[in-house]
Amino acid sequence: MSRQSAETAPASGRILPLTPAEGARITVALAGNPNAGKTTLFNTLTGARQHVGNYPGVTVEKKEGSYQHGSTQVHVVDLPGTYSLSAYSVEEVVARDYLLNERPEVVVNIADAANLERNLYLTCQFLEMGAPMVIALNMMDVARDRGIEIDPARLSALIGVPVVPIIARSGQGKAELSQAVIERARAGGGWRPWDLSYGEDIDAVLLAMVPEIEEAGFLTSLYPARWTALKYLEGDAEVMARGRQADSALAGRLEDAARKLAAHLEQTIATHPEALIADHRYGYIKSILRQGVISHHYDADRLYLSDRIDKVVTNRFLGPLIMLAILFILYHLTFTYSKVPVGWFESLFGWLGNAADTLLPAGPVKSLLVAGVIHGVGGVLGFVPIIMFMFLGIAVLEDSGYLARVAFMMDRVFRIFGLHGNSVMAYIVSGGIAGGCAVPGVMATRTLKSPKERMATLLTVPMMNCGAKLPVMALLTAAFFAAHEAQVMLGLTLLAWTVSLLVAKLLRSTILRGASTPFVMELPPYRLPTFKGLAIHTWERTWQYVRKAGTVILGISILLWAMMTFPGLPAAEQARFAAQRETARAGAPAGAPAQVETGAGELSPAARELKQQLLAIDAAQAQQALRLSIAGRIGTALEKVSRLAGFDWRTNIALVGGFAAKEVVVSTLGTAYSLGNVDPEESTPLATTLARSWTPLMGLAAMVFIMFYSPCFVTVVCIVRETGSWKWGLFSIAFNTLFAFTLATAVYQLGSLVWAG
Amino acid sequence: MPRVNLRLMKKNQTGTIAAIKVGGDMGRRIREMGLVPGTRITVQGRAPLYDPVALRVMGGTLALRNNEADHIEVEVDGAGGAGA
Repeated sequence: MSRQSAETAPASGRILPLTPAEGARITVALAGNPNAGKTTLFNTLTGARQHVGNYPGVTVEKKEGSYQHGSTQVHVVDLPGTYSLSAYSVEEVVARDYLLNERPEVVVNIADAANLERNLYLTCQFLEMGAPMVIALNMMDVARDRGIEIDPARLSALIGVPVVPIIARSGQGKAELSQAVIERARAGGGWRPWDLSYGEDIDAVLLAMVPEIEEAGFLTSLYPARWTALKYLEGDAEVMARGRQADSALAGRLEDAARKLAAHLEQTIATHPEALIADHRYGYIKSILRQGVISHHYDADRLYLSDRIDKVVTNRFLGPLIMLAILFILYHLTFTYSKVPVGWFESLFGWLGNAADTLLPAGPVKSLLVAGVIHGVGGVLGFVPIIMFMFLGIAVLEDSGYLARVAFMMDRVFRIFGLHGNSVMAYIVSGGIAGGCAVPGVMATRTLKSPKERMATLLTVPMMNCGAKLPVMALLTAAFFAAHEAQVMLGLTLLAWTVSLLVAKLLRSTILRGASTPFVMELPPYRLPTFKGLAIHTWERTWQYVRKAGTVILGISILLWAMMTFPGLPAAEQARFAAQRETARAGAPAGAPAQVETGAGELSPAARELKQQLLAIDAAQAQQALRLSIAGRIGTALEKVSRLAGFDWRTNIALVGGFAAKEVVVSTLGTAYSLGNVDPEESTPLATTLARSWTPLMGLAAMVFIMFYSPCFVTVVCIVRETGSWKWGLFSIAFNTLFAFTLATAVYQLGSLVWAG
Repeated sequence: MPRVNLRLMKKNQTGTIAAIKVGGDMGRRIREMGLVPGTRITVQGRAPLYDPVALRVMGGTLALRNNEADHIEVEVDGAGGAGA
């Protein structure tokens, strides 16, 4: 080996004496590679005492918890799982900033014993920062099974950091670990950066940079001097931007020095500084591991259980079939089983609505309570079971390691559209198999770690055929294409896939342009998910939805109710309908009005006829009230434009209503066509009416529009939550509506030409 | 030992990484996942459309796209160098 092994010694870094007294409270950061068992350890340490929030300004989750060790309260912050601490992803920046700004008393670095070499790469970077560390060597059992024997004491002696072997899943080593953490915190000593050697060329430049940085106090309140210099050589955009703000002259000199070094390395050994630095980190790790830390007794050709499973599950022919089956089962279970609790919620809120209906006097207060609040809360909670089941399913797939295989198999297809293999989950959940829901779909994009691919997925999944669009599609199909129902429904699913993926491609080549994020990822060994892990995971997601999205959704639901209700009919109009009712009652044979009023017993033919008349008047009044409401006025005003796609004012109002939830289109159309209350599940009379008043082409244009226009506002709120900005929520409303309208207009206009010709 | 591009390696072929010829984000990502010169790898399989490729690295399995594999040169254990 030509590379000299790096020498290390604690440098004369800043020493902040921090010795917590008995009974004090200390903060511990938990850091490590993804799949190293960090979350499991966090759950083992803190149990259910967890708090989930976000890091300021970004959508990265911040989990905190605490436990008691003797008289000391240990506050644990779970940092995002990362492979390094470059400025490569938001997670890495967040983890790094947290460590440097908050300076926790101890950093527990969890390392996967079966992948020690790669895991120590991150450890190296903690050493460079000078973090006071304890290494939790996880999955010692798995490593042993794989023929890897590790000597923790030897490792600890060589790098000067306490090393505690643990098995996070079973909780083994937990007591020893928390003892080591307390001891490390009591030992104090603060943050002491280590000077790793990166070879002569780089060391020389670092040596020249450090005194300059120290003298000028350049970023020294934030970072150790040598660390800053190293980041300049690595070309770390984040640190360099901060440097330019702090002292542009010195920053310029440092950047020049880094450039000069890069050019020199390029010329002499055709490599990049950051590559050389990485090589030296690995060189250091290898030199340590070779000194009796690790020994292998394994047979290179032996296939482990995980590899054997992979032989079948990612097989070129069998793999995709198994995947389809698994996704279908997951999907089926989610939407079948969640129907039961959804039904309970529906009956509960239906009962509440009825109770309020009978108990309260008629008027705007009652209407607000029944149609606005009770309906709104019902709407928020109606999604809870779906979200719970979906996330339980996703947690099983993720924790077992299968989700990574799905990404592996699907990546080539989705990459064509500028997406990532992991996008497939979100699409399927949202309605890739007709009948999903975009709300959990949007939330499912969390499994995507590449920001642009995630954004493109998140913005296009609402175009899939969710369960709420189905009754609308069924209504229009029954009205116009009754003979080809099955074909039309299949065609709509295929159309949704095609259009969503093409729009994703469009977004990725315009506003979300940019090279794809490197894919390189781990296919972690298959593991049986733990019940505790699944429960915590599912509960967190669900609670987040209720707490964060719930309030906003309730507010908007009330707003939409107001739009469909106010300003209501003017007094003259109300009087006119009242007069009509009077006339009808007066015209009916004696006894009939009283019979209709009490509703008792079998109605006489005359009473039945009167009842029909009265219902027709009610429906006409409801239609008129809807037309005069704010939503109705919007719909009427838009008629001039919407005519291009063949929509009249009635359709427009229904589409405005569909923003509340897509299935509302059906009931609003019913009111707009004066049919009274139409049940979305039983809409035959409405289909007949539509078939009479629309042409099939109008029906087709409406179907296209309803599939692709603005997501319902619950989805919009989730988009806002997931992207951290209202900008994207508004974008999805405006862009999807414009896009859908263009498409519907094209269908209607071209269709008219063909039909006429 | 013949030196080939990782993209050209066949299933079950084993070798040692000789060079990573890319910098920037992609280079960093490849290196931080443990794919550095000197690492022993075996091609475990490929996805249904031949891309990405799954590699068995000592402790586990990594997947990477062919356009990422393009930057990795491997000295393959094979007929020529088997005895060495």
